[in-house]
Amino acid sequence: MPDFKYLNDLVIQVRRDILRQVHKVNSGHPGGSLGCTEFFVALFQVLMERKDGFDMNGKGEDIFFLSNGHISPVFYSVLARSGYFPVEELNTFRLLNSRLQGHPTTHEGLPGVRIASGSLGQGISVSIGAAEAKKLNKDKHLIYTLCGDGELQEGQNWEAIMYAAGNKVDNLIVTIDLNGQQIDGATDNVLPMGNVKAKFEAFGWDVMEIKEGNSLEAVISGMKQAKEKTGKGKPVCVLLHTIMGNGVDFMMHTHDWHGKAPNDDQLAVGLDQNPVTLGDY
Amino acid sequence: MKKYTDSGKKDTRSGFGAGLTELGKTNENVVALCADLTGSLKMDEFKDNHPERFFQVGIAEANMMGIAAGITIGGKIPFTGTFANFSTGRVYDQIRQSIAYSGKNVKICASHAGVTLGEDGATHQILEDLGLMKMLPGMTVINTCDYNQTKAATIAIAKHKGPVYLRFGRPKVANFTATDQTFEIGKAVHLQDGTDVTIVATGHLVWEALLAAEALHAKGISAEVINIHTIKPLDNKAIIKSVTKTGCIVTAEEHNFLGGLGESVSRVLAENTPTPQEFVATQDTFGESGTPEELMDKYGLNADAIVKAALKVIARK
Repeated sequence: MPDFKYLNDLVIQVRRDILRQVHKVNSGHPGGSLGCTEFFVALFQVLMERKDGFDMNGKGEDIFFLSNGHISPVFYSVLARSGYFPVEELNTFRLLNSRLQGHPTTHEGLPGVRIASGSLGQGISVSIGAAEAKKLNKDKHLIYTLCGDGELQEGQNWEAIMYAAGNKVDNLIVTIDLNGQQIDGATDNVLPMGNVKAKFEAFGWDVMEIKEGNSLEAVISGMKQAKEKTGKGKPVCVLLHTIMGNGVDFMMHTHDWHGKAPNDDQLAVGLDQNPVTLGDY
Repeated sequence: MKKYTDSGKKDTRSGFGAGLTELGKTNENVVALCADLTGSLKMDEFKDNHPERFFQVGIAEANMMGIAAGITIGGKIPFTGTFANFSTGRVYDQIRQSIAYSGKNVKICASHAGVTLGEDGATHQILEDLGLMKMLPGMTVINTCDYNQTKAATIAIAKHKGPVYLRFGRPKVANFTATDQTFEIGKAVHLQDGTDVTIVATGHLVWEALLAAEALHAKGISAEVINIHTIKPLDNKAIIKSVTKTGCIVTAEEHNFLGGLGESVSRVLAENTPTPQEFVATQDTFGESGTPEELMDKYGLNADAIVKAALKVIARK
């Protein structure tokens, strides 16, 4: 059984990390990061089988790719707090000469990052490649990736979605962050995507939903079900319903904080709502 | 002057296919991906011999580049195959982010480059690909001259760690380099000594440069001929050494004069030893339908054009 007290503390601390990273440089993407905090904590602390240390090829362990690279604050925070690099390095987010670029990259050699992302729509393709490599290497571990819902508007995804089902890439779990928001507004207003579940199913995927994507328990049990669906001839899609800006009341249920940093007063409010648990960096 | 012999016309893409077949037998990490052009890229033999290492991605080049980037993460060495247009311009962002910026060991192999693709016309005849690829940090850019060199280069790039763009063509061209050659990335091949003008060429225009040198010899002009198979990194030393002797240079390539070999050479000269230069290349234009020979003639990409450029540049010394 996972230690839910610790995991809940970690979720709150990661929210603080997100707010403080973005506030310090007055740039970055807090909304989507906050919405995916429970998912990242569950993935790196409970669900993924990981080896100690980091090597690019990741043989003998599960691998994660972040496709919607703009939610780097949550990715960096959870990587650091899972032991990939010193937590203090979060202080360098988006600063000159940092390994923590605005959008993640392998270029600066940050442990935990295996592909650059930021230009949207490429993560599922990369994940398929890594999944095919695992099969060639007779490695039974899984590939995980996270995509934004707005990101599905990029056509490359549908090339990849078609390929994965057509070629039975069944060691792959693609999670879609269904928060219904993108920079310019609600996805339904910017470019409606219709029934995402039906679309994945029509392409031949095994699809499941996690309705409470901001409940640790729901994410852990849902993702465990997703793991059980792997290895059965179909790629697995998880539709994760989240609330953008979750955990900071004035950032929730709006696209306003997609790519905007809080000012000093707003930071103070956000931090008050998420008091220190494990210690700030 | 030294004479080169055409051992029989062959297409460079078949050199790629032969190299890939060889790699299939000798390097178990090599995998191949193709976007519905297996026959055109001559990848059939690799596919038939190693079906588990061949990935047919369909007409989906962006996805192919992403899968290639991802498959390196297990230690494999992917070779992607499609036309040059769809290998570069169509997927520039995927190559930029997932391959070049991510430092992935992907070999982007591109056939049907340039106007000599022929009758298919301008939509398929990319003349900007060398420029697009050479602008990407960390990308090695190679354009081979004949069947033998393309085969050697294909085998050599598997050993090079990092992204490579390997460009070759569709038509059958003179096959004149040695079958047992070693291919050194970034090392120009000195083909012929001369004193009056340097001709550096890439791709199948290397053979045209040798024909041009013969024609110039008949006019009493001594031309030095250098085969630049690697456009990036460029063999600066070989170029500087030659123009120091000859005092002028002609660059020849099946590419737009903007962004190609000629422009890379002119930068080296400007920084080191400013030298009169003439560009045998397309003049910022799209192609059109026609036979390869007709198109090379119309766009000034043959031995006659090189001779004219040499006479012009010698007069400017």
